[in-house]
Amino acid sequence: MKKITWALVAAVVTLVISVGFAQASTKEEVQKRGVFQCGVSTGLPGFSIADEKGVWAGIDVDVCKAIAAATLGDATKIKFVPLNAKERFTALQSGEIDALVRGTTWTLTRDSSLGLNFTGVNYYDGQGFMVSKKLGVKSALELDGAAVCIQSGTTSELNLADYFKENKMTYKAVVFDTHDATAAAFDNGRCDVLTSDQSQLYGLRTHLSKPEEAIVLPEVISKEPLGPVVRQGDDAWFNIVKWSLNAMIEAEELGVTKANVDEMKANSKSPAVRRLLGLEGIAGKGLGLNNDWAYQIIKQVGNYGEIFERNVGTGSPLNIARGLNALWSKGGIMYAPPVR
Amino acid sequence: MSNSSQKQSWWNNARYRSLFFQVLLVGMLVGFFWFIGSNTLANLDKRGISTGFGFLSLKAGFGILQSLIPFSEADSFGRTFLVGLLNTLLVSVLGIFFATIIGFTIGVARLSNNWLISKLAGVYVEMFRNIPLLLQIFFWYFAVLRALPSPKQSWKAADLAFLNIRGMYLPRPVFGDSFSFVAWTFVLAIVATLFIRRWARKRQDDTGQQFNLWGTGIGLIVALPLLVYFVVGSPLSWDIPKLQGFNFRGGVTVIPELTALLVALSVYTATFIAEAVRSGILAVNSGQTEAASALGLHKNKVLKLVVIPQAMRVIIPQLTSQYLNLVKNSSLATAIGYPDLVAVFAGTTLNQTGQAIEIIAMTMGVYLFISLTISGVMNWYNKKIMLVER
Repeated sequence: MKKITWALVAAVVTLVISVGFAQASTKEEVQKRGVFQCGVSTGLPGFSIADEKGVWAGIDVDVCKAIAAATLGDATKIKFVPLNAKERFTALQSGEIDALVRGTTWTLTRDSSLGLNFTGVNYYDGQGFMVSKKLGVKSALELDGAAVCIQSGTTSELNLADYFKENKMTYKAVVFDTHDATAAAFDNGRCDVLTSDQSQLYGLRTHLSKPEEAIVLPEVISKEPLGPVVRQGDDAWFNIVKWSLNAMIEAEELGVTKANVDEMKANSKSPAVRRLLGLEGIAGKGLGLNNDWAYQIIKQVGNYGEIFERNVGTGSPLNIARGLNALWSKGGIMYAPPVR
Repeated sequence: MSNSSQKQSWWNNARYRSLFFQVLLVGMLVGFFWFIGSNTLANLDKRGISTGFGFLSLKAGFGILQSLIPFSEADSFGRTFLVGLLNTLLVSVLGIFFATIIGFTIGVARLSNNWLISKLAGVYVEMFRNIPLLLQIFFWYFAVLRALPSPKQSWKAADLAFLNIRGMYLPRPVFGDSFSFVAWTFVLAIVATLFIRRWARKRQDDTGQQFNLWGTGIGLIVALPLLVYFVVGSPLSWDIPKLQGFNFRGGVTVIPELTALLVALSVYTATFIAEAVRSGILAVNSGQTEAASALGLHKNKVLKLVVIPQAMRVIIPQLTSQYLNLVKNSSLATAIGYPDLVAVFAGTTLNQTGQAIEIIAMTMGVYLFISLTISGVMNWYNKKIMLVER
């Protein structure tokens, strides 16, 4: 009798112990695994979208690549995990992904109550409205009574409600799961208006059947700082993700590009450049990375200006101006703390 | 135990032994779930993730397309739960209603002697049963309803009702104060009719005399409330939708998301119900029909009194599981923006609050409750019509 009981108890105890999870450091886990798991969108032109061969591209994707280049020394060792707005935080909390770079707005609630931390801002955005030209609307203030297509689980839903309430207008929100369904419904004429972050509006417009017939209204109704997110309580990993982005911004400021980084590394006399490229100063010690971590980012991915122009700027169909996303020294607010 | 001569150890007593193992199992299960629960809570707390149901009273701050109860952005997350729940119930109840009607019609039609009718019913069943439901929902929403005109070119019926890509706009009845008299008369008339029916049945059983229940019933339920309506001075007016700005305002709006979901769910589930009905009818031995005809019963009476009651015994259990499927399938609403429980509460609310565990648990609890209720009701009905063995 005793044998049977103890065997049962032992089985249960083993099960229970295996359920209780031990939380290893994300950096060590990524390096042991050899692959960085990055949460991105299910398909948003300019930010994160896979082409017909399954190759991911976009400004968010490039941030993922920078993190992989810094941590693993190889920007291609990434597994992209496409997530919709609803799934993203749970995927990060549960450890399914190592970092989330998915046009996620930094807000107090998200930063303080989800067990997550925002590491910085890789795109300063604001919510806007897209309407059909046929509607003859020139300003968002003329939208009283409009049907509005919107993606579920976004800060846009709340901003929309606030904006219409402040201006004493009414609206009907038609809420969809994915960018594609939202754009399709707007295309069909289900809604008068599509609202989202302005950058996304330009991206979604390229998906419409007649992009030239839709216009983006001038009003920007909210602040949407979009940035990478990591789990709270893993400061070493938090630092790596934060400084991967900072290094790209710093590189742009110092004029270090993908093309000239090798030459700079060999010949540059500038102490700032030499510190960035790991030739002087603390280099990778504090982050627990190789000394050439920032060099790898610039060599394999590029500086911030390059990834911006390539994905959403003049080198892309979206053709978005730098605006707020220009460097602080050029009229924008992109500013990285010094690398020293 | 009474048999003390054997001096049996309690452990070898089958009753105690089984009791011991059952208590042990229950104890371990409780312990296991307690451990999982406390472990989860401790870890959530350690990682700084909010827990608890306090979020239900916070202000929601977002709008919902369709709400059966008054709802505004200023209401709480708890109310978004109610709104979503009611929308789920709405589409489920309507879906069950239409699926049942279509299903019975198609099921009977498939057994028709008319070649064309039975083949058409067969094609219907085979086609809609074998296409995934999500695709059908997309088909109705993104393909069929897309053909509707824009608000300014709406199709209209006598300037009272309008149909366009934004939905169907119908006049809304506005009830005056004295309308309650009409409503009460209506309810009383139904109750009275039920009593008369009981009395008429009893009289028929006792004396064999039949009573014209239809005439009396219609007189009571339709004519009497109408009479009261005019006596108290027609306390009913209509709020007619008008095109203002981009959209129609006033009246009642049936949103296209509801229409598409409802059509897809009804049409899809009806195919399974049709097959259940067909199998039920085929399960009734043809000897029963022949015997009933031999007794001189009319064809309709044979169906009503002999075939259908026996067929129902086969149909009901299958019907129950189809109803359950329909309710659960209604959660596909989220794909086309119908604001059901999953889209509103397990979607927007979850994302705004980030409290996945509480919200998903509540949502699962609701579906479990709805499903158990349906199967409870259907089991009760099944028992009622079961073969009474003598």
